Amino acid sequence: MNETSVSAQHGPDPFARQLAVDAGPVVEFRHVSIAFDGPPVLTDISFSVAPGETRILLGPAGVGKSVLLKLVNGLLRPDQGSILLFGEEISHMPEQQLFPLRIRTGMVFQEGALFDSLSVRDNVAYQLIQEQVPGAEIDLRVRDALRFVELEETFSLFPSSLSGGMRRRVAIARAFIHQPELLLYDSPTGGLDPLTSTTIIELIVKERDVSHTPSIMVTHRIQDAFLLCNNRFDPQQGRMIPYPKGETDPSTTFLMLEDGRLIFDGTLHELVTSQDPFVREFLE
Amino acid sequence: MPLDAIEKTAKNLVLTVQDYVLFAARAFTNLYRPPIYWPEFLIQSDIIGFGSLSIVILTGLSTGGVLALQSAATLSAFGATAVTGEFVSLTMIRELGPILTGIMVSGRNASSMASELGSMVVTEQIDAMRALGVDPMRKLVTPRIAATICMLFFLTIVSDACGIAGGGLVTVFMNHQNGTQYLDKAWEYLRYPDIIQGLVKPLFFGYILSSIGCFYGMRTTGGTQGVGRSTIQAVVWSSVLIIFVDFLLTQVLLTLFPPL
Repeated sequence: MNETSVSAQHGPDPFARQLAVDAGPVVEFRHVSIAFDGPPVLTDISFSVAPGETRILLGPAGVGKSVLLKLVNGLLRPDQGSILLFGEEISHMPEQQLFPLRIRTGMVFQEGALFDSLSVRDNVAYQLIQEQVPGAEIDLRVRDALRFVELEETFSLFPSSLSGGMRRRVAIARAFIHQPELLLYDSPTGGLDPLTSTTIIELIVKERDVSHTPSIMVTHRIQDAFLLCNNRFDPQQGRMIPYPKGETDPSTTFLMLEDGRLIFDGTLHELVTSQDPFVREFLE
Repeated sequence: MPLDAIEKTAKNLVLTVQDYVLFAARAFTNLYRPPIYWPEFLIQSDIIGFGSLSIVILTGLSTGGVLALQSAATLSAFGATAVTGEFVSLTMIRELGPILTGIMVSGRNASSMASELGSMVVTEQIDAMRALGVDPMRKLVTPRIAATICMLFFLTIVSDACGIAGGGLVTVFMNHQNGTQYLDKAWEYLRYPDIIQGLVKPLFFGYILSSIGCFYGMRTTGGTQGVGRSTIQAVVWSSVLIIFVDFLLTQVLLTLFPPL
């Protein structure tokens, strides 16, 4: 484990963070709607992500969570409304102009989406290779990123020889290596066993508490959401520990979707005390 | 109800053509704009060029042989078997070399492009690439198109040469004619416009087969079944378009270079 060096690598310094706070939200959705050949998938969605904030997007499967996440970095375009990423309106931005903004974000896909013809080293280093960073530096940074997700031994392996959980962790390393200013997790624990899910959540908690990178995590697993909110990373022990009873992570808040509409936006306390029938049903 | 189905099919067809034209135009302009991914171009050139060499050689040899057999049988009725060489070389260079190479490479590589890119789409690898700030059009599509155009040009020359050689082998060993005479005639009647005709066509065919293979691959939907569907469509449409464009090109080239 090398949290200190990873910590130094990830995220902007306090001065830059203050500038970011002054600059306004990292992500802002304003009345966003989208439909594909049929009824709307998302309708009139408005929310924002502040610097240093972690937003957990909850909702049952097929409600449009992944679509919302792909709208954040312009992989999909909304039919209506506007989306601001790092203060720039991206709804109608040409693809070429979106690439520099996407480089500033890191995204973890549902199944990892690793390039199966490339080794783990080349997958994790994909962005660095495109930027023609020297090979020795790439090796160093890849090993550092793989150490962060505790998979240093997979350096030369190919994705086909990794388990589902290992692939997700490599995907997380790929998203972290470029020190993104925003992290997007698309169901990072979907389809994994409880033990592996906890390992993944621990990595997300570590990234949140070490680098304070703003993030959006999509999940339909309420237990993962609570785990993320009720725990913090302890650098001394090098592991995730629970907050004292009654305390939760102040930077972690919740969003909930139902039938393509945003029906909840608030803290864990507000979520568990919500009287909305759908929220109650989802939690129970 | 049947009218609705026809309307829907017609709209889908128009939309597909519109999407393809935009895709092909973007791919074409990318050929001249940096960044150009040279390593990918070289890898694809090896896969498409060297990988297709064996089928192109076999097809060329067989086609030349068949042409020699068929032409000798017909020409002997007029006592003109001496011009077998001319017949084989002109037919191979002007028409059969480019079109057969185009169709063979289409069967091998348009399908491979569609299935490879299609698999990347359904496993979100294309989205991952975009999310990592890399344009899949430039990184994946443009090198494939450039490599196919370049390699099909050379493969056509190989096919022409093999066709003439195959015709020569049949002429000498099966038709028991003079090999020198065959080669003399093959060379004597060949003009530069014939060669130009034969070498312009693969440039178009290469562009068609690679752009269609990549187009169907990049618009794959519906999981592994969708990948299979894209592969079939890529092979069918690239082969049909190659034959259709060959007809148009022949008309244009015959107008530009009228036969003597």
